[in-house]
Amino acid sequence: MQITLKLFATFRNGRFKIAEQELPEGTDVRAVVLSLGLTEEEIGIVMINGRHGGLDQALKQNDTLSLFPLVGGG
Amino acid sequence: MDKIFRVNMTDLTTKVEEVPAAWAGLGGRGLTSTIVAAEVPATCHALGAQNKLVFAPGLLTGTAAANSGRLSAGAKSPLTGGIKESNAGGTAAQMLAKLGIKALIIEGQPKGGAWYNLSVGLNGVTINEEKELLGLGNFAVIDAVEARLGKKTGVLTIGPAGELKMTAANISVKDPDSKIRSHGRGGLGAVMGSKQIKFISIDGEGAQAVKIADPEKFKAAARVFSKALLDHPVSGEGLPTYGTNVLVNILNEAGGLPTKNFTVGEFAAHDKISGETMHDTIAARGGKVKHGCHAGCIIQCSQVYNDKDGKYITSGFEYETIWGLGADCCIEELDDIARADSLMDDIGIDSIETAVMFGVAMEAGILPFGDGKGVLRMLTEEIAKGTPLGRILGGGAGSVGRAYGVTRVPVVKNQGIPAYDPRSVKGIGITYATSTMGADHTSGYTIATNILNVGGYVDPLKKEGQVELSRNLQIATAAVDSTGMCIFVAFPALDIPECLPALIDMINARFGIALTGDDVTNLGKHILKLERKFNQEAGLTSAHDRLPDFFKTEPVAPHNAVWDFTDAEIDEFWNF
Ligand code: SF4
Repeated sequence: MQITLKLFATFRNGRFKIAEQELPEGTDVRAVVLSLGLTEEEIGIVMINGRHGGLDQALKQNDTLSLFPLVGGG
Repeated sequence: MDKIFRVNMTDLTTKVEEVPAAWAGLGGRGLTSTIVAAEVPATCHALGAQNKLVFAPGLLTGTAAANSGRLSAGAKSPLTGGIKESNAGGTAAQMLAKLGIKALIIEGQPKGGAWYNLSVGLNGVTINEEKELLGLGNFAVIDAVEARLGKKTGVLTIGPAGELKMTAANISVKDPDSKIRSHGRGGLGAVMGSKQIKFISIDGEGAQAVKIADPEKFKAAARVFSKALLDHPVSGEGLPTYGTNVLVNILNEAGGLPTKNFTVGEFAAHDKISGETMHDTIAARGGKVKHGCHAGCIIQCSQVYNDKDGKYITSGFEYETIWGLGADCCIEELDDIARADSLMDDIGIDSIETAVMFGVAMEAGILPFGDGKGVLRMLTEEIAKGTPLGRILGGGAGSVGRAYGVTRVPVVKNQGIPAYDPRSVKGIGITYATSTMGADHTSGYTIATNILNVGGYVDPLKKEGQVELSRNLQIATAAVDSTGMCIFVAFPALDIPECLPALIDMINARFGIALTGDDVTNLGKHILKLERKFNQEAGLTSAHDRLPDFFKTEPVAPHNAVWDFTDAEIDEFWNF
């Protein structure tokens, strides 16, 4: 299946902003995180198609996965 | 002993008073709101002689506690018609605290047309007639006051917007680099203008270290507190690196970034105005990525933004300003937004109210969406000059909506709604609706828990849990706003268990008292209720605790969310 992967803030360093990825059916968010060389602890916010998601969530064809470190403002 | 300095602009007299026992345990917002509620008739005209402008440093301001240097300004707001407290960094708060000034109260109104400046020092205030600096922008005022009185002088000043009593006018505070931080919201600059005071100078001569009842205990608590601030990923790393503007991309992804005057929740050009792009631009142009608005800030969310030739444009360049002129007005050039930010500082007009206003003005057809140069022109040619159009624009979003018959006007209690769409981030909608301040994100920042996973998680698109979330945060914020702390200490306070107890320990050690967590919560509740009572007496009822109709009838993309709280559900907020 194909997904769109978006990275933000420090996650972009040495990586990319946005990429299309071809993944085995049913891959979960954790597997994508680890494949990037990131650890679970580094993940602040996971969004799938603009909704908050979790590391255990399985991805589907055409999903957009966005990963943020813990950041904030106000 | 701390003192109250009182200035009467009607008869041009000043007094130094003892602190009444009932005010002794108060500071910051708790004190300004108490004084306004006690001394200002709620129904008075906010620009008349009966209103009072009150400045108060927080309970911990002037001590070594990290991030404690904020100054509260309070009055009846000419924008909302209710009570107002607005706090800012800069150098003034710490100077006032070290001079032993618990509050500065300015009352009355000159009978003639003359303008004045106030000099505040150890022994009291003097009132001087001011001629030379009238009509000048805030940067020129700060330069001139430093030339007159010395580089270290503290300055509170209003620009042309305040002199013209525009309801979006703010009060500028000199920061450690002689630039500007602002008491932004609610038109307090117009209140200062109505007292015919162009600026207030503060002379730190004779200032002393703030007395600490139990220095050892204070030191230990301050250490724990600072560690919590530095350990939390948001305050320790995110804010110093990207500033608050990191939120552009996050809110855009979440579909909560109000765009084109709140018609959609995503902005196609989000990346051009994002915190990530801004960080790289600042670094490439030799600006400063991190910067503190007052000495003792260890979070340093501010920054210095230069143009492409490395020349200073602005500092304190915040998410809400960039969102407002960026996504909400569809301006894609960060340099245009930075120039507008600097102009708004100089003119002395709230950058949130003004950005929201321009979105409404664009909808009204006064200028096209995306017209960054048009915004710069309107700021300098209309607002700064006080033309008839400039006065309508300077009245804020509600003013333009009324003058041009626009119905999509994002305001609550006539104050512009900032940066987070209440349909797709519902907790903040409850804060906008119920805050005693009018639409104000800082008064109960549910974004932390709705979007950022700080302090747990409450789904932003569902109604469940939002009223309770907003209530708890508004209560805590009212208390924190009384300490002189920057509101960003809330991020570690929500997640790190030692943080809040350390804050309370610092207050206890400073005054030799024994407040508990419950006492602090009760203080927050007391302040909210006091402010609400003032508002009710001023005529702001639960009918004003509502969002504009269009949020209920116009679904916002991409989630097609609407504002679906009933009146009774919103009113549940006050059930405490
Ligand atoms: S974190 Fe930002 S707003 Fe808070 S005190 Fe520091 S510079 Fe000022």
